[in-house]
Amino acid sequence: MHCASCAATISKVLRRTPGVSSANVNYATEKAQIKFDSAQITLEKISQIISSLGYSTTSQDKDRQINILFMKFVISAVFAALALWGSLPAISSTAPALLQSLPFQLVLATLVQFWVAWDFYRSTWNSLKHRAANMDTLIVLGTTVAYIYSVAVTFGQISGMPYFDTSMTIIALIILGKWLEARAKGKTSEAIKKLIQLQPKTARVLRDGQEIDLPISEVQVGDHIRLRPGEKVPVDGKVVSGETSIDESMVTGESIPVYKHTGDLVIGGTLNTSGAIILSAAKVGSATMLAQIIKLVEQAQASRAPIQKLADVISSYFVPAVLMIAVATFAGWYITTGYLPAMLNAIAVLIIACPCALGLATPTALVVGTGLAAQKGILIKDAENLEIAYKVSHVVFDKTGTLTEGKPVVTDIVGGAKILQIAASLDANSEHPLASAIVAAGAKTALKALPVTGFKNLAGKGVEGTISKIKYTLGTPSLFSSVPADVAKLEKQGKTVVVLAIGKKILGVIAIADTLRPTATNAISQLTRQKIGTSLITGDNPTTAAAIAKTAGISRFFAQVRPQDKAAAIRQLQSEGHVVAMVGDGINDAPALSAANIGIAMATGTDVAIEAAGITLVNKDLHSIPLALRLSRSTLRTIKTNLFWAFIYNVVLIPAAAFGVLSPILAAGAMAFSSVSVVGNSLLLKRARLS
Amino acid sequence: MDKIIVVASSLGLIGFIYWFFLGKKENTSEISTDIKITVSGGYSPESVTIPVGQPVKITLTRTDPTDCQEEFVIPDLKIKKTLPLNTPVTVTFTVTSPGRYSFHCGMNMYHGQIIAR
Repeated sequence: MHCASCAATISKVLRRTPGVSSANVNYATEKAQIKFDSAQITLEKISQIISSLGYSTTSQDKDRQINILFMKFVISAVFAALALWGSLPAISSTAPALLQSLPFQLVLATLVQFWVAWDFYRSTWNSLKHRAANMDTLIVLGTTVAYIYSVAVTFGQISGMPYFDTSMTIIALIILGKWLEARAKGKTSEAIKKLIQLQPKTARVLRDGQEIDLPISEVQVGDHIRLRPGEKVPVDGKVVSGETSIDESMVTGESIPVYKHTGDLVIGGTLNTSGAIILSAAKVGSATMLAQIIKLVEQAQASRAPIQKLADVISSYFVPAVLMIAVATFAGWYITTGYLPAMLNAIAVLIIACPCALGLATPTALVVGTGLAAQKGILIKDAENLEIAYKVSHVVFDKTGTLTEGKPVVTDIVGGAKILQIAASLDANSEHPLASAIVAAGAKTALKALPVTGFKNLAGKGVEGTISKIKYTLGTPSLFSSVPADVAKLEKQGKTVVVLAIGKKILGVIAIADTLRPTATNAISQLTRQKIGTSLITGDNPTTAAAIAKTAGISRFFAQVRPQDKAAAIRQLQSEGHVVAMVGDGINDAPALSAANIGIAMATGTDVAIEAAGITLVNKDLHSIPLALRLSRSTLRTIKTNLFWAFIYNVVLIPAAAFGVLSPILAAGAMAFSSVSVVGNSLLLKRARLS
Repeated sequence: MDKIIVVASSLGLIGFIYWFFLGKKENTSEISTDIKITVSGGYSPESVTIPVGQPVKITLTRTDPTDCQEEFVIPDLKIKKTLPLNTPVTVTFTVTSPGRYSFHCGMNMYHGQIIAR
């Protein structure tokens, strides 16, 4: 909401909705109080109505649950402490008589067991109806056994000491663990929440000469939208008038505001920092770049990580296996020692087992890692690609548009202006980036383009066509058996050279150069420092390729590679044992991106859903490549650490409990902090040194 | 004597635990494109059958407050949804190849499967 009238609008619409008896929306607190008849309307429907007005809703259920957990922890901790004071031999003499009395301890324990821990019982019962079991089942069994035993002692049915303090402490610690875990888990998904919040709610649309504020869902492609300084760009669009600087950092990770003027693309969710512009809506709703990014990140976070396979299998059998081990522990200790250690050790086995840590190990790290990457303009498709990125040993860069700006310009003409006129006329029919450079250079001269007949594209080599009954060939020097000395000289400067000829007679030479991106050299040196090899792949001849590779700091190159042969070059590197990442634009390079172990595409325009890419870079900053690989490594390292500790924890501590090394209270403490430590370790990713 | 009884009962109990939790028979629903699943201590039904190549709608309603069931994940289809309590949430997708697609809760403790035919 951006004004009090928004709050009034939502309230008004909701009050008119059948089933809603009252609705009050507070602008300042951004909270809505709604009374409704659940038989007539659901909360989801109300949420949909609010969304249709261009606002989003979040339920406060989660916060309330977290607060309730804390309250339950405090109550159970206080009760447990009182019981411990009254029953621990070392300090019980200092406790008031009431605390030492077993009936009083029974009251406290009953409250903790059946009020504080009631959710565990409900969850266990619901699971048992499905012949399933979960962590709550283990806690319920463990604490109930201790509670029932203590009740029997209290009523003199069994001789010995009661364990009310134990059952209460276990419950207090488990609830503390759940509280900490719930708080930490919320933090793991902060990045995606921030992205969702970037989506603007309204747009100032110009219709019939008037400016009207429309909910974002009602903006249509082609609508003209006025944007003032300080406002968020509502949808993806093209600037139709005005100029400004736009801060795109929140979507692309690009830190410097980008200058925009007529004809430039702007991205929904970014911030207009200076001028006033009018833009034409080009993409709305789920087609916008921001919506695509959110969808991609959500999909990545839902994906299955191959590394998790074993944890998945174990989790299916975990709880029943622990139950069986607890029974075996009881029997073993009963035979050898007696029923008291048998019971305590069986309880410790039930309490120490922590399937949650195994279940949380991968998803929490994946959510933090992919979210962090998205904030930096790096979209990782899924967990599988994250794992491949971790192993990458060689990065292949496509030249044009990836390592270079992709805007080649004519730098030298050997043979006079007529050469350029003929070349520009021939290339007017070609879609090759080099052809565009020649056509653009031709257009700058006063010479008109000549009519061409019999145009033919010599795939990856050049073009030919007839002008004024003379057949010309324009193409790479390799098409000709001998070329002038200028060709070699220009190629050594890293320029791409094309030759114009009639048959075998060379008429002239045109050199074209594409500027290296300013970040190229530094990005490649970062990769080298990360011990990742680099290659350049280009259609240029070896001399040009070598010159460009040298400037960029790339050690290896594949020259004169036609687009359809790029995949073969990738396969050659793979046959040498490399795990290859191919960096390209995602359109011309799709086969090579698919052939590589992982394709890294630099998105063009506002389209980020690139099928062949495992990683899509929203910005044009080549630093994103070493950063993406470092982030993947950090995320996977976190997943591995989490899985290792979760496995080791259970593998070591369950037997330790079974063999009587752990008391039930120690077991509860370890259990409570095992899940928290996994989530906490995932959150540490946010602080990982990535630069 | 009591030791023999305890050992025999324990063995019996272990057998019962195995049968109860791991010896379940697979019951799957009739083939359908509009499926409703209740989430409470697991998924009802926990195995659903869908046709290949047709859009399928699954509506999930969580009636159990246990937070571990709050998330619903079909990893192979890259679907993850948060299930607010007592609020139906709809998932739509189309499966292009036959097979079994498992689904589970956020902590991978409750499981179910989609059989695509």
